[in-house]
Amino acid sequence: MSDHIEEKIKNYRTAPFDARFPNTNQTRNCYQNYLDFHRCNKALTARDQDAAPCDWYQRVYKSLCPISWVQKWDEQLEAGNFPGKI
Amino acid sequence: MAHPSQLGFQDAASPVMEELLHFHDHALMIVFLISTLVLYIIVAMVSTKLTNKYILDSQEIEVIWTILPAFILILIALPSLRILYLMDEINDPHLTIKAMGHQWYWSYEYTDYEDLGFDSYMLPTQDLAPGQFRLLEADHRMVIPVESPIRVLVSAEDVLHSWAVPSLGVKMDAVPGRLNQTAFIASRPGVFYGQCSEICGANHSFMPIVVEAVPLQYFEKWSSLMLEDT
Repeated sequence: MSDHIEEKIKNYRTAPFDARFPNTNQTRNCYQNYLDFHRCNKALTARDQDAAPCDWYQRVYKSLCPISWVQKWDEQLEAGNFPGKI
Repeated sequence: MAHPSQLGFQDAASPVMEELLHFHDHALMIVFLISTLVLYIIVAMVSTKLTNKYILDSQEIEVIWTILPAFILILIALPSLRILYLMDEINDPHLTIKAMGHQWYWSYEYTDYEDLGFDSYMLPTQDLAPGQFRLLEADHRMVIPVESPIRVLVSAEDVLHSWAVPSLGVKMDAVPGRLNQTAFIASRPGVFYGQCSEICGANHSFMPIVVEAVPLQYFEKWSSLMLEDT
């Protein structure tokens, strides 16, 4: 399972088509992957497991999200006032 | 790019734009034919000395001039819907680029592998070299590999803008807080120009878009050079 994910990450080109977000508005696609990355990290490190599978979400949100949005959210996370639920 | 006294579209640089161009030719030809017919009938009516007072109705002609327009409309609708669905197909992009609109410049972000970002300002007219295009050239072009499906995510950092490149058949509004997706394939190498297409303040006419399509090796060289510079 983790090999499969490693394979996918190694052959990563760009964020693939996501059927949950088929339309023009990709805002939620970017935000959801950002949330999923941090939730995945939090969940796996809480169980002392390797957080490598979470890298997929990171690659996707890095591809999709504008740099300024990511910087703002990272600052909010550090300051503890990020509005989303992680 | 656009030419002085240009009448038609710019030469297509993507398969979708080619289709749009051909459809436009098809629809316009129908429009010309109908207009010519109507103009002829008007001139004929106005310039005849004959007066006919005795024909009041005719079932046959009524059928003809109902069925024929319906048929012509179907002839327009079928290619139109074909292109609509073609443009809506699911893409499998090779590269994602973010185009962010600012007052008054575009910035492009290539973050699939490394964090490459740069601004693209219009070249002022006094700084143009001979042969360069006034109000269209930019200091940094958005370079893309030719014949690869590209996904462009368009957004804005302040007010509404719109990212448009006519020869690629692309226009997408840049809305602050929203990420709008568009996709295209550049079928040939070249430089393609566009201009901001949503009023955004004093220099709305002075924030052009320049897309440069190059073979993949040159794109890879360009992106490593750009990463070193920034």
